[in-house]
Amino acid sequence: MFRQAKWDEPSIYELSNGREGIRFSHINDAFRNIMGEISIDASVKREKDPQLPEVSEVEVIRHYTKLSEMSYGVDNGPVPLGSCTMKYNPRIALRYSSDNRLAFIHPLQPEETIQGLLKALYDLQFWLAEITGMDYCTLHPAAGAQGELTGILTIRKYHEIKEQISTKDEILIPDSAHGTNPASAIMGGFKAIEIPTADDGNIDFDAFLASLSERTAGFMITNPNTLGLFEERILDIERNVHEKDGLLYYDGANLNGILGKVRPGDMGFDIAHLNLHKTFSSPHGGGGPGSGPICIKNRKVVNGITLKDLIPGPMIYYDEKEGLYKIKWPGRYSPGLLKAFFGNVQQLLWTYVYILSLGPQGLKETGEVSVINTNYFVKLMEKYRGYSIPYGKRFRKHEVVLSSEPLHKETGVTAEDISKGLLDVGFHAPTIYFPLIVKEALMTEFTEGETKENIERYAKRLGEIEDIARKDPEEPKRWPKNTSVGRVNMVKANHPKTLIPTWRIKILRERGLIKTLR
Amino acid sequence: MAIDMEHAWIPNSKEEIKREMLDFIGVKDVLDLYNDVPKDILISEDKWNSLNIGMKRPLDEIEVSEVVEDVLNKNIVFGPRKQFIGGGAWPHYIPASVRYLAERGEFLTAYTPYQAEINQGLMQTLFEYQSMMADLLDMDVVNSSMYDMASSLGEAILMAARIKKKNKVIVPEVINPFHLSVARSYSAPHGIQLKKYKIDKETGYLDIEDVKNKIDDDTIAVYLEYPYQFTGVVDINAKALGEIAHEKQALFIVGVNPISLMLYKPPGELDADIAIGEGQPLGLGLNFGGPYLGIFATKWKNELVRQMPGRIIGLTEDSSSSNAYAMVLQTREQHIRRSKATSNITTNSSLNAMIAAFYIALLGRKGLRDVAEAIWYRSHYASHELKKIGLDSPLFTGEFFGDFIVDFKKDFKEIRKNMLKEGILLGIPLANYVEWATESWGLLSFTEVHHKEDIDFVLNKIREFM
Ligand SMILES: Cc1ncc(COP(=O)(O)O)c(C=O)c1O
Repeated sequence: MFRQAKWDEPSIYELSNGREGIRFSHINDAFRNIMGEISIDASVKREKDPQLPEVSEVEVIRHYTKLSEMSYGVDNGPVPLGSCTMKYNPRIALRYSSDNRLAFIHPLQPEETIQGLLKALYDLQFWLAEITGMDYCTLHPAAGAQGELTGILTIRKYHEIKEQISTKDEILIPDSAHGTNPASAIMGGFKAIEIPTADDGNIDFDAFLASLSERTAGFMITNPNTLGLFEERILDIERNVHEKDGLLYYDGANLNGILGKVRPGDMGFDIAHLNLHKTFSSPHGGGGPGSGPICIKNRKVVNGITLKDLIPGPMIYYDEKEGLYKIKWPGRYSPGLLKAFFGNVQQLLWTYVYILSLGPQGLKETGEVSVINTNYFVKLMEKYRGYSIPYGKRFRKHEVVLSSEPLHKETGVTAEDISKGLLDVGFHAPTIYFPLIVKEALMTEFTEGETKENIERYAKRLGEIEDIARKDPEEPKRWPKNTSVGRVNMVKANHPKTLIPTWRIKILRERGLIKTLR
Repeated sequence: MAIDMEHAWIPNSKEEIKREMLDFIGVKDVLDLYNDVPKDILISEDKWNSLNIGMKRPLDEIEVSEVVEDVLNKNIVFGPRKQFIGGGAWPHYIPASVRYLAERGEFLTAYTPYQAEINQGLMQTLFEYQSMMADLLDMDVVNSSMYDMASSLGEAILMAARIKKKNKVIVPEVINPFHLSVARSYSAPHGIQLKKYKIDKETGYLDIEDVKNKIDDDTIAVYLEYPYQFTGVVDINAKALGEIAHEKQALFIVGVNPISLMLYKPPGELDADIAIGEGQPLGLGLNFGGPYLGIFATKWKNELVRQMPGRIIGLTEDSSSSNAYAMVLQTREQHIRRSKATSNITTNSSLNAMIAAFYIALLGRKGLRDVAEAIWYRSHYASHELKKIGLDSPLFTGEFFGDFIVDFKKDFKEIRKNMLKEGILLGIPLANYVEWATESWGLLSFTEVHHKEDIDFVLNKIREFM
């Protein structure tokens, strides 16, 4: 039986009592004796201290320990959020990625003093290139979406250098794609052209051909797509896009299911991003940080320039003459940097540990078992008529999208209600209402990190929810009951008259001192 | 050849379990599950296993430890007391309890809180981050993080362009060059031009006349780095700059080091429309460049809040009217709005925002002030002592905090190299990164991790090398 902690925990502001959490009181005495009091020009001197809480160390620990007990991650149980690849985060990788020998390496520390680290990152560039079948990688981007933007900017540069950017202004994106894809295309200054999905879960090929034109700058494809289905005509798509001199972009969020089986490079992609916080097990930290390296094929742009020259991010190379690993910062053909400094190196070292631990054989096993887990779950779900599996009978890869539309039609119980019924027995819910092309979607990805027993329990619980919904359709509306709070009021959360994004707004609102946000 | 691939991180990799699952699915071989992948691109097992991936075989935990120990030991790690370098990322003390809380698995291994009811604690922590940051900044709305300060700047510029629908931004000549590169990457596709305003060579303060000349009706935003990360100067013309911006209907964007705000006027008081900053000093390591914490905040104005990028946690109620937290204003975000979203960001830097919350809560008002004063004292003491030995220090005579430029009168790279041999990482050779500096200029940095004897030690060494 699941019961989440239910602390009536005040905010840190309410706990404030004037105590000190850590004492640094005397660290300035020696300096004050020499230099006197601090003097700051009145034009920039802060007159009023910020209203920050003050509590003792044990109170801080207890406060956030309680809050952690009202949180839920992979360490607590299955988190089968589709396309999020929430696998186990091995602690051996945490040990090293949070090591002080990394924590105190400054981003501008001279290369010759960090040869161990640079060699590891150099190796990692290679390994990721091998895994994806690409030629070169930069470990720079901070997350998948930033990898996408990096890729889009590279596509833009490609067409600028070829002096065809004025006609190349469209990026094709399937309607099953993640929201970041169209958003990244727009941030990169392109139009996003949506391509529909056919009944078999593939890109609608005729619609694709109809949208493909001289204006096509590139095509962003997630393969396997967010339905968990492999794009069967990927090679035809590749040929057609390249014929129009468009570039093919690979969204690597779903790489897990094809690890060791088929590689983006072999499918003809020119640029690919990886999500190290998905496929390569770095933890998601309640929303981030992650890391989104991009890898490229060294395609010719014009004479003397290849895609490698366009990469917006540093790359490590080995200088044979000096016998040193060095960093090459983006050159004049590159759009520039996407974040300050090298990259999210904690995540990179995490990935280094993960790949060492698995080797090629283990990565292949990862892919295979993630696919076995998905299809085992699909098979378990076949007997429940409240759920359907749209887009055909093909085997799924890393994930499957169920639709609870049959149950919804029959009982009025929604995908959201169902997810609350999962929370109530201690499971995290799948991604719901996504992809948008599936009604009442439950997008479910167990990854290779889940046990067979939990997959069975999960399916069984979905069956129970269906039974309950038929007996008493009102019951699921009252879920969840076993989490730290009941169903959260989203209308109040977002209403301009009640919106509270910070403590100070709460106080101002209580005193009637804040305007309605409109 | 056939390696038994049962792996501890893959519970169903046990042969009997796998067999049972495949039987239930109704396939003989796992390869059958890939029958829709074109045959000519399927990679064979032999080829895959021969690829240069890791050590070409799985290593056990003991072996992995050996390899990674080696990676970490083959660097010269300058302890915090031996590095005097900043410029956008600074060595700071990370309290033990902050580290501990950061590794609580319930936080560490959680996803974005899409299911509000089961992640209230995570959201309360992020809400507390937003709230404490709002107080430090004196701003009203703070998002729950961007990747880092540089990407916050890129997003702030795009946000200004959405609001003002024109295309010119002016930035200080001495802007952190890494941030400038990122701002350019974000701006270029939209035809947004970044123009630099001049900095006075004596004081390090901005040249008001030059700003007035550069700003025009196409200007959508004026950016101030405060303190300037590559000079350490805190510009006393900050407020005046904001006024000039607002006269021309441009947004005023202020980029900060949050710790400095215990001493200096916060962006809110400077009348900033958008405040951004680097949260790395708040309990995060240097980690050779990341991950850091992009701070992003606005005033309570509809056009600003609605155009803000990133995730925001809000306080509301649950079905029984108890306090509850939720992600709010999601209609700005990519998963709802797709091509109309205010940004493509989703994975952000939440854990680092939580770490900043632990850090601020632990230090409290007094502790944070002590750290800010420690930075001020140490940098002023060091500069004062350097002047005594005849070096121009600080080179810019204006108000400064933490970092400052010294003119060493000879190639600073040589001095730095000699210092490395003494086990000291001294400053940034500015000329490597910016065109406004000369070879003899070094950017030094001091924080609370440096004791007086550490500073005296490095000062003595500098004396020797001069
Ligand atoms: C298919 C897909 N593409 C892109 C992304 C964006 O990646 P990130 O969250 O790392 O920015 C995600 C995950 O959120 C995803 O599922």
